[in-house]
Amino acid sequence: MDFWRVPLDADTIKVSLGIVHILEDRCKGCGYCIEYCPKQALELSTKFNQKGYHPPVVVKPEECVNCHYCEIICPEFAIFSVESPPITEPGRAGTHPNSAIKVK
Amino acid sequence: MKPAVLTGEYFMTGDVACAEGALAAGCRFFGGYPITPATEIAERMALRLSHVDGCFIQMEDEIGAMAAVLGASWGGVKSMTATSGPGFSLMMENIGLGICTETPCVVVNVQRGGPSTGLPTHGAQSDMMQARWGSHGHYEIIALAPSSPQEIFYLTITAFNLSEKYRLPVLIMTDEIVGHMSEKVIIPEAKLIEIVSRPRPKGRKDRFKPFAPGPNGVAPMPAAGEGYNLHITGLTHDEKGYPVMAVETQTEMVARITEKIQRNLDDIIRTDDFLLDDAEIAVISYGVSVRTSMAAVAEARKLGIKAGLLRLVTIWPFPEHQICKLADRVKGFVTVEINLGQIHREVERCVGGKVPIFLVGHPGGTIIHPDSVVNLLKEAF
Amino acid sequence: MQEIPKPSKKQPCHPLDDLIRTDRIPHIWCPGCGIGTVFSSCLAALKGSGINLGKTVMVSGIGCSGRAAGYVKLDSFHTTHGRAIPFATGLKLANPELNIVVFSGDGDLFAIGGNHFIHAARRNMDMTVICVNNLNYGMTGGQVAATTPYLAKSTTTPVGNPETPFNLPLMAYACGATYVARWTMLHTRDLTDSITEAIGKKGFSFIEALSPCPVNYGRRNKQKPLDMLKVYQKKAIIKNDADPSTLDIDFEKGIILGKFVDVDRPTFIEHYDKIYRPSRLQENVPGLNS
Repeated sequence: MDFWRVPLDADTIKVSLGIVHILEDRCKGCGYCIEYCPKQALELSTKFNQKGYHPPVVVKPEECVNCHYCEIICPEFAIFSVESPPITEPGRAGTHPNSAIKVK
Repeated sequence: MKPAVLTGEYFMTGDVACAEGALAAGCRFFGGYPITPATEIAERMALRLSHVDGCFIQMEDEIGAMAAVLGASWGGVKSMTATSGPGFSLMMENIGLGICTETPCVVVNVQRGGPSTGLPTHGAQSDMMQARWGSHGHYEIIALAPSSPQEIFYLTITAFNLSEKYRLPVLIMTDEIVGHMSEKVIIPEAKLIEIVSRPRPKGRKDRFKPFAPGPNGVAPMPAAGEGYNLHITGLTHDEKGYPVMAVETQTEMVARITEKIQRNLDDIIRTDDFLLDDAEIAVISYGVSVRTSMAAVAEARKLGIKAGLLRLVTIWPFPEHQICKLADRVKGFVTVEINLGQIHREVERCVGGKVPIFLVGHPGGTIIHPDSVVNLLKEAF
Repeated sequence: MQEIPKPSKKQPCHPLDDLIRTDRIPHIWCPGCGIGTVFSSCLAALKGSGINLGKTVMVSGIGCSGRAAGYVKLDSFHTTHGRAIPFATGLKLANPELNIVVFSGDGDLFAIGGNHFIHAARRNMDMTVICVNNLNYGMTGGQVAATTPYLAKSTTTPVGNPETPFNLPLMAYACGATYVARWTMLHTRDLTDSITEAIGKKGFSFIEALSPCPVNYGRRNKQKPLDMLKVYQKKAIIKNDADPSTLDIDFEKGIILGKFVDVDRPTFIEHYDKIYRPSRLQENVPGLNS
């Protein structure tokens, strides 16, 4: 999903932020969430869950924009995101609470 | 607009009396499909259900009709369908679903000659074993056999009461002759008719188990939309209704659906007799053949043959005990039925070779003449 | 090989957990199967539609998709093969207050149960029918279905399917469905919106949801789980109000998705009440006049 254009007012838009939760033992490792995450925030982990599948792991937590797509594409009810309250400092729109990295 | 119970004296066909019996029993949904000789039941219900705020639908086939009847029952409404042999065959899978999901409903089979399309306009009693074992798997069923329009009225009420009490499809195994026969039918006052309704659940809804048997082996039954979050499946399921593919669960489930009948045989089985007390020869019959048999027994008595009649009102579960008891005191048995020996074999099984047993049967298409029975009685005994 | 971890005692709650029988999860659907996604979309729609879930019933037939009824924490009925629609018809007629969702597969709804679909649509029986179309019989191991593409391989068409598949939206439209839409499981948001709309609409609504069956269909037709989703992504043509006769699925030219029919006509119960039970209309029984 690399073809999205960056809006001209991107700097002023408050981008929602999310925290991804993974219910590892429900996962069957289809990889749909990983493939279709618009921010490529997920990767297949190397560990096994109870059923012997590799669940996803959040590799770029600061990238999650709480779009819920992983949640709605997941056939297993194994992943979801919740909105995380943005720390709004003057001049710093959409800052992730878990990092100081500004969301693009 | 007419009331549900048409108290009074009528000249009615068996089919119409069946429909009136259903309405008197509280039936408010009919899902059907036209088939000779059961169509008149659907026709009567199509009009009469609208008088009592019920619902009639003519489905696209008998498979759909039976499915709709089960659905309506889970919707909380007493429901029924009526058909004949070919339709009965099509209903079998969903009758099995009704047994497995313990769904009360009534299925009327106005029997005609078979196999296949057979004799649509001529009666027979040749679906009796299909009634017992027609759906796959091991189960118990209740089947009743009326022999007159008046009796079909009462037995339809009984069928609904038994189906509600024991949560299963109950079959009325009548035939073209009774279905199309017009006779006097007396419909009593509504307050004199005993109505049984399905046991209702009590207690906490979130802990309710739709298949946990009550004291008589039958689980209480809620309807959809009452907040129980039911899961009902035709897969082998536990008391909660959840599918479990395990031998133990299968054993428990089949035990539940069979034991609730076997434990209550005295309440379910109905028989009647005629000149049987001092009889030396027992004639066993049911449905329309009872009329043949009564005439034959009366005639035999005139000829000095001590015959008596045991009339099976309940066919399934089979009145084994009654026949076994008779086998200890009579000199012989004669089964009279319009097939070539279906119930006859059951009687044979119960008699167990103690005394001789004969069949007066016919492949279907006509009522058996009493003379055939009298002649056999004269020759054999 | 790593040690298999023990299940963590306290897991966070999925937003749809209140509508799932969590004691039965994980479900039986294979890795990469899209039924779970369509099911999840359906639950999200149920939740978002604002209908009384206490009066909502899910009815399924047999097959992989038919197992959905076993996972939804609502009154749910898992019936016989092909008979979800007539069973649901009985439920609805017995209690018109119930909202009925039929969730089943293409084999169940359109081969063995095809006749019931046709007639329920013709009668405009008030229910929402969601068909997960995975192009084959998955539960039994990948046999040809009424929806399998021409020349596709299955266990019973080992060299290729000699038959022509159904155009399901055309069939629904021709039979009289008042709402017809088609999406894929990748178009989850549109699918959810469509189901929400269909649930809120009276009459017979039909939604076809294309969904991959990687284990039984994909494997025999050289498609890895993600391949099918990529086809959905690349070949999807969203064209609302498209002519239903143009909706044959063609994975080469493109798969037309969208909402194709959205009309109003009286339901079976409305007609029945008018003709047979006029007293009900006066009493304003809920669910009938709303």
